[in-house]
Order: sequence, then C-alpha cells, then structure tokens
Amino acid sequence: MLADQDRIFKNLYGQDDWRLEGARRRGIWDNTKALLELGREKLVEEIKESGLRGRGGAGFPTGMKWSFMPPEDRRDGRPHYLIVNADESEPGTCKDREILRYDPHTLIEGCLVSGFAIGANAAYIYIRGEFYSEASHLSQAIAEAYEAGLIGKDACRSGWQFDVYLHRGAGAYICGEETALLESLEGKKGQPRLKPPFPAACGLYGCPSTVNNVETIAVAPTIIRRGASWFSSFGRENNTGTKIYSISGHVNNPCNVEEVMSIPLKELIDKHAGGVRGGWDNLQAIIPGGSSTPCLSKSICDDVLMDFDSLREHNTGLGTAAVIVMDKSTDIVEAIARLSHFYRHESCGQCTPCREGMGWVYRVMQRLVTGDAEIDEIDMLWDLTKQIEGHTICALADGGVWPVQGLIRHFRPELERRIVERKTAAGEPAPVAAAVAE
Amino acid sequence: MSDIETFEFSEADKARCDEIVARYPEGRQQSGVIPLLDLAQRACGGWLPTAAIEHVADRLDMPNIRVLEVASFYSMFNLKPVGKNFVQLCRTTPCWLCGSDDLRQVAAEVTGCGLGETSGDGVFTVVEVECLGACCNAPMVQINDDYYEDLTADNFRTVLEALKRGETPDVGSQTGRTGSEPADGLTSLTGLGAD
Repeated sequence: MLADQDRIFKNLYGQDDWRLEGARRRGIWDNTKALLELGREKLVEEIKESGLRGRGGAGFPTGMKWSFMPPEDRRDGRPHYLIVNADESEPGTCKDREILRYDPHTLIEGCLVSGFAIGANAAYIYIRGEFYSEASHLSQAIAEAYEAGLIGKDACRSGWQFDVYLHRGAGAYICGEETALLESLEGKKGQPRLKPPFPAACGLYGCPSTVNNVETIAVAPTIIRRGASWFSSFGRENNTGTKIYSISGHVNNPCNVEEVMSIPLKELIDKHAGGVRGGWDNLQAIIPGGSSTPCLSKSICDDVLMDFDSLREHNTGLGTAAVIVMDKSTDIVEAIARLSHFYRHESCGQCTPCREGMGWVYRVMQRLVTGDAEIDEIDMLWDLTKQIEGHTICALADGGVWPVQGLIRHFRPELERRIVERKTAAGEPAPVAAAVAE
Repeated sequence: MSDIETFEFSEADKARCDEIVARYPEGRQQSGVIPLLDLAQRACGGWLPTAAIEHVADRLDMPNIRVLEVASFYSMFNLKPVGKNFVQLCRTTPCWLCGSDDLRQVAAEVTGCGLGETSGDGVFTVVEVECLGACCNAPMVQINDDYYEDLTADNFRTVLEALKRGETPDVGSQTGRTGSEPADGLTSLTGLGAD
C-alpha cells in the first residue's frame, strides 16, 4: 500500500486548511523557483522519464504531449497557452473536484511549472459550471498566489510572467473533449474540431496550446521535486505513478483515494472502500474507469490490475480510474441503459452517427431492459455500435457505445433471458436463445 | 410568467463584466459569453429572457443568434422561468445505484412537482440532470449553486422541507462527511494533515 509520505494529495479529504498557509505547510510552493531554473527542456525530459500518462482518461504520455509545443528557438511570436481541463463530467469520476476544493494550490503551482515547461505565459482553467463552490475556492487560491507573488509579472521571482485565469463552463460533458473545450473557451458552442491541426500547432485563438487534466498538472511539481525515478517506482512499466481512484456504487465506503497504479482492483476496493456491499461474492459487475469503459464481470474483477495495459487486455480501459461497483441486486441492463441515456443527452449533435445513433442505442436499450425485443436485435445492436464507433470527429460516441458492447459481451444470457421470459408470459412461442443454444 | 421586455446589467454587474472580459486577449471578448450569460441569468432570477440574451450580444459585439446558440447549447442556461429553488436530481448510474429514484419520489411529495414542473407558489422547480461529478457522495442533488450529498429519502425530505419554510439548510454531505473520505474511518492520510 502507498505510504502517506508518498501521497501527492495530502489534503484530499479536506482535513487541513486548503488556503495558501496550509498548502505551504504541506510543501506546495516550496522553492518553486528552483524547479523553473531547471529549464524547459529538463522539465519536459523529467516528466517523460517519470512515465506520467494523462489522468483525464485517454492516458497519452504527458511529457510527449508537452514536447509537441514549439521550442524557444522555433517560436513565431504567437503566445503559447496552457489549458487545464477541469470539466470533470465522466460519470463515476469525482477526483478533480477534491483537488479543486481542498488542494487548489497543487493545481496552481502545477500550472506555473507545466506552463513554463511549454513556454506559456498564461493558463486558463476551464471548470465545469456546476462546480460553484470548487470554483470559489480555486479563485480565492489564485488571488492568494497573485498576492504572494507566486504567479503574476515575476512568478516566484523567476523573471517569468505567468497569469492564471479561471473560466467557468455551463454544463456540457462534451467540453471535456479538448477541442470542444477550446471552442467553448472561445465563446462558442462546444463542438469538437477536426484534428489535425492539433492544439499544439493551432489551439486556443489559433495559438500553440496544451490541454491537460487537473490531476496531470497538479502532480507535475511533486514529480519534478522528488524525481522521475521516485514516481516511476510505483506501478508497472508503462503504467507508472500514483493515481486518484474514485470508488462509487455498491461498496460499504465509497471514497476517493490516492493509490499506486497497477493495484489489484479487489485490493483497492477491500482496503479503501470497505469491500463490496454484502461481500465480494455478492459482486455482479464493475465499470473500471468511468462510464465510457466497458464493464467487467466478477470473474475478471477477481484478479485484474488497475492500469492501462491490464484493463486493455480485457477490452476495457483505465479511463479516469472511476470504479463503479454493482452488486447482484443491480439491474445491470438498466444500469447501462442509463449510461446510454447520458450519451444521448450529451451528444453535441455535430456528427450524424452520434447524434442519431446515441438515440437509437438508447431506444433499443430501453426495450432490452424489459425484454420487449427480438433475440436478433441484440446482434443488430452490436452491429449498430460497431458502425458508430470510429466514425465521428471525437470519441464521445465511442465512449457511448463501449458500455453497451461490454454489456453484450458479458451479460448476453441475461438479455436473452428477459426476452424469452417476456414472450413466454405473453403466450408467444419462445425463441431459441443463441447463448442457450451454444 | 411572461417574458421580460428590457434588460440591462446593474452598475456592479457592468464592472464585473469588464473584469471578465479583461481575462481574455484584446479582441477576444466573445470568450466572456458564458460568464456574462451566467451573470445575466442570476440577475433575472435563474433564467434568460430574450432581452438578456440580446443585451449580452450587444455588450460583446456578437450577433444575437451566436449568443442564443450558446444559451441553448449549455444545459445550465434556462430559457424559461424557474422556481426560487431549482432542484436538479442526478439520475446517472452512480447516483441511481445508490437510490436516486427514491429522491425523485420525495421531491414529488414535498414540492408537488413532477419532473420539469414548477410549483404553483414558485418555490420549487424540479428537474432530472446527468452526472454532477460527486459520485463518491451519491446520491446527490444540486439546488441552485449548492450540492447536497450522501442523501437518503429522510434527510432529503428534511432539506426540502427546510427550503419550503424559507430556511437555509446546511449544504454538502448530509451525513457529516467532510469530503469523499471513507465513512467508516480513514484508510489513508491518517497521520498527515489531520488535526
């Protein structure tokens, strides 16, 4: 288990003062100037070596992303921007909220260090509009940092000018997609842009920009302070570091907790969340990484590790590491149908396969909940999800169909049982269920 | 409830508009459209009449349609009047697993509102919304700017009844949690930060 002194977020639960004084006591803003003195290249190199992968869901290597920004000798006069994605909206995910409200200075210091590393003089933090009190804490913390000279004209007396601006969104899951976020920040509907060009070439206001998740930015200063090898000593190769896990649903003690990467899922739940309600054997399924990641049946949950590669092997993903636990009392079809409802609601409407497809998927899912369907409609639904996947500008539709694919993959007999039962009750001839026939 | 004929920001809000626009580079004032619509919505009692949308468009030198487009795209903007307490019940899977259906029942009983309805006295509007990002404190509800978390049918009823009497119930966890720590005792951060 991760030792407390190796935890980056020491005020995750808000037991201590979240303001500047408390933050300084926890080691934040401790000689930040020295970190900047390492220089842009060294900072990017260190983050690359640490193996840090983006904590917002896609898991892209952070150091590599930073290295896409034009270096000092190839700047063309356009400003560079750091954009922090605090539009936390993936169902099950509630980790950034804790950083924003209880440890906002980790993020602001992270903005300075990461911003400097990509040559930016300004950071915009795009926070979901519903996080009102979180935005309030963050904006007070930004004011404190200006007041103390930690950011501003001469940030930490480093000679580097650095401004941090808070921007509140207004309720749109799609704005968590990086180019939709940029559109929204420019005052438009949050509809994703075609890529390329990527934000590092042409991002906010057409300038080189890097968009990173809150947790990714907030861990950067500690990685630099303690060294890449410290960070990469946790977890497995290619899956290094510590991570905040959000554990929700049918556990005895739902919680956020910072743990090592690659921790066994069962250990994570037993140790920190008080176990599955009614005991491990009462487990039906787990969504391991937020709503977009396909669910896993219990037999896989028994020994799967919580990291990118291990979950990938089981056709799902680490995503945001938001673990949604469902015990045997759960109507698993309804649980996934609710997610289909979510994606239908959140589709931005730009691409036809998503705008229309999310509605179709939800309507079929609704009928599968009650069994009011034909057996071959399960195959039709599977085909439909495959026709949607990969055919849209952004990954919202992919995330919308993956949970349905996970359901069919692991719970097809349950879908068929409902159809057969309903037909039998109505006096119709029982269809031959493929899963039973096999 | 009729539309509002004219709208103008108060002097205090005008100053806030200027502060907001100053966060963005010269000529990029359009970036301020969401924050300005938010200010306008607050000034209008929780919704955006056409006059407010047009006023924001004028102020930011944007065509009205571009502002209307933003106002209708984002779910936090209401284009119709709402009650004094805008009750948003989270319906997404993590809250549903923990009993959000019970909360909808309680909301209907206390406020008399079905989903999407405003009570006759204008005290409540009840809607269902998608995930609000507090899943480790599920089920939860947002009322105006505040989150009410770790809800049960009973403690939610207490919150709504207090609001009905015009009182201000405590926000946040209704079971005494500070944040999203395990309710039965800490499993980490036991020696650090705690008093």
